Amino acid sequence: MKKRLVILTALAAIALLAFVGCADKGPKTIKIGVAGAHTGDLASYGLPSVKAAELVVEEWNAKGGVLGKKIELVVADDVCKPEVATNTASKLVGDKVIAVIGHICSGATKAALGIYKDAKIITISPSATNPPLTKSGDYPNFFRTIASDDAQAEVDVEFAMKKLGFKKFAVLHDKGDYGKGFAEFAKGYLDAAGAEVLVFEGIQVGAVDYSAIINKVAASGAEAILYGGYHPEASKLVSQMRAKGMKTVFISDDGVKDDTFIKVAKEAAEGVYASGPVDTTKNPLAVKATEDHKKKYGEDPGAFFLNAYAATQALLNAIQKAGSVDYDAVTKALRSEFVETPLGKISFDAKGDAIGVGFSVYQVQNGVYVEIK
Amino acid sequence: MDLNYLLQLFISGMTRGSIYALIALGYTMVYGIVQLINFAHGEIYMIGAFTALIVATVLNMTGMPGIAVFAIAMVVAVVYSAAYGFTMEKIAYKPLRNAPRLSALISAIGMSYFLQNYVLLAQTSDFVSFPRLIPKFRFLEGLGGMLSSTQVIIFLVTAVVMVLLTLLIKFTKIGKAMRATAQDKTMALLVGININQVIAVTFVIGSAMAAVGGVLISSHVGQINFYIGFIAGIKAFVAAVLGGIGSIPGAVLGSFVLGLTESFGTGYISSDYEDVFAFIILVLILIFRPSGLLGKSQKEKI
Repeated sequence: MKKRLVILTALAAIALLAFVGCADKGPKTIKIGVAGAHTGDLASYGLPSVKAAELVVEEWNAKGGVLGKKIELVVADDVCKPEVATNTASKLVGDKVIAVIGHICSGATKAALGIYKDAKIITISPSATNPPLTKSGDYPNFFRTIASDDAQAEVDVEFAMKKLGFKKFAVLHDKGDYGKGFAEFAKGYLDAAGAEVLVFEGIQVGAVDYSAIINKVAASGAEAILYGGYHPEASKLVSQMRAKGMKTVFISDDGVKDDTFIKVAKEAAEGVYASGPVDTTKNPLAVKATEDHKKKYGEDPGAFFLNAYAATQALLNAIQKAGSVDYDAVTKALRSEFVETPLGKISFDAKGDAIGVGFSVYQVQNGVYVEIK
Repeated sequence: MDLNYLLQLFISGMTRGSIYALIALGYTMVYGIVQLINFAHGEIYMIGAFTALIVATVLNMTGMPGIAVFAIAMVVAVVYSAAYGFTMEKIAYKPLRNAPRLSALISAIGMSYFLQNYVLLAQTSDFVSFPRLIPKFRFLEGLGGMLSSTQVIIFLVTAVVMVLLTLLIKFTKIGKAMRATAQDKTMALLVGININQVIAVTFVIGSAMAAVGGVLISSHVGQINFYIGFIAGIKAFVAAVLGGIGSIPGAVLGSFVLGLTESFGTGYISSDYEDVFAFIILVLILIFRPSGLLGKSQKEKI
């Protein structure tokens, strides 16, 4: 009785080995991981990426896949928590994915990246905006299809210095995370570019009058104000400046690139510059991706959908162009090949930030924001 | 820095101070008479601004000259806010006249939330543009933008309101009754003063002044929303305490001290600490003069 059990077990083990061996000889599919927050508070940020990847992969598979193989998605949840993300990453490495679309949150992405780096797995995030992820150069396997947090400040500073030719600046902010972050990045870029930052201050949100700080800016001799914050304070500042007859140019961020700003500040808004995401609403691919999403899931796509869509497209395109799933070949292709995506024609720079994705500067002209090329 | 800069900071400090004063007077008058901190006072200021916005938008369509629109909007806002102040006193404070002071205070906080949310629901949660009702004055162009026409109007109106208020309190019958009620409510009652009427009048006057402040500052700032009354109200309250709550000249003095401190602090140090300066001044003054700059020290009754 006991002997028979041993033999059976041995037989089973041999059979299993043979099975595994068979699968090992040549994977029939190319596996791509999709990682991010799929449950929990931030699931709404992560799930649209899964849907985007599904849509792109479906389209490619219908055409025969990539390199003659079907593409298979491995979806893994990290709940947006760094401590979970390391497990998620280990699981995906174990599943032998060749690349990962994700993660969603900057903290989780950072935690997972080291693991992917050691395993030589390409990681393309649709949404992690933390600047050092790319700028530090620590993660050569990392790419992203979203502009980093400091990109707006960089775009604004470059515009103000190169296009408008200003040298003296006042940098103001609203003391909030977003506004202050923008102002600090802007100051960093201004200092690096050799511009003078004559005033760098936070203003009091909701104050009844800003004439003191406006006088200070006027007295400092700044040619332009870079403001980090949202439109209510921006319109107060601009209105009071213009009422005083001050002509100092006002340059701000995405928080001000809002039609409410123009509605409230009226004539004073004319000529104000503000950066905002590059306009994709007229891109036919974006329109198509959104339509496909509506058809399949019966609703409008969520956050970072187009970014994830572009990320998946860029990845598959790079594999196709590289002609293999080899890490070096694919990363090289990602950096050299341009691909048409819903975000426009994109490629990646040496650090992994997308070229062609990001912010443009808009100016209020006759009561509407006009993109300045 | 130069004298011109100092003068500009002085003007912006006075602008702030004038607005704070118009609101702080309402706080201090009410406190002087019923020992109640009317936390809903900032909301009356906000309602004044909204009323003026609605009236001005309608009148602007008729093509009336700006200054006439301004005057009419101001009058309507004053009347409307005064009515709110009157009603508020009748609904929220009068039934609590003899209740512990804490109950009336809670009632005031409730009133403040109620009015904020009422405007939020009835109007909008967005910032709305406030029309520039005050035209540019030609004679100011020579000053090189140092003083705007809105600021001139703010100073003028504030000065006029204060003179009128002083005259009212010093030389009219109701003024005398108000002073008597502030000194001793029971005695005032005994000598035949209608206390209910005096308190109602106090609320009406305070609310009217808050409305004036609301209209002035909104046309200076150019935008309003339902929440503006809260911050302005807090600052004005600080000003009233600074000057000695209950004292009318104290509220005015406290407001200017506060406005100038904020302005010079921003100008010479940093606007990062604007509120810090305001509260440091408050703490310092209360350490050395616990009843405020012009407040009378309260003697405990034995």
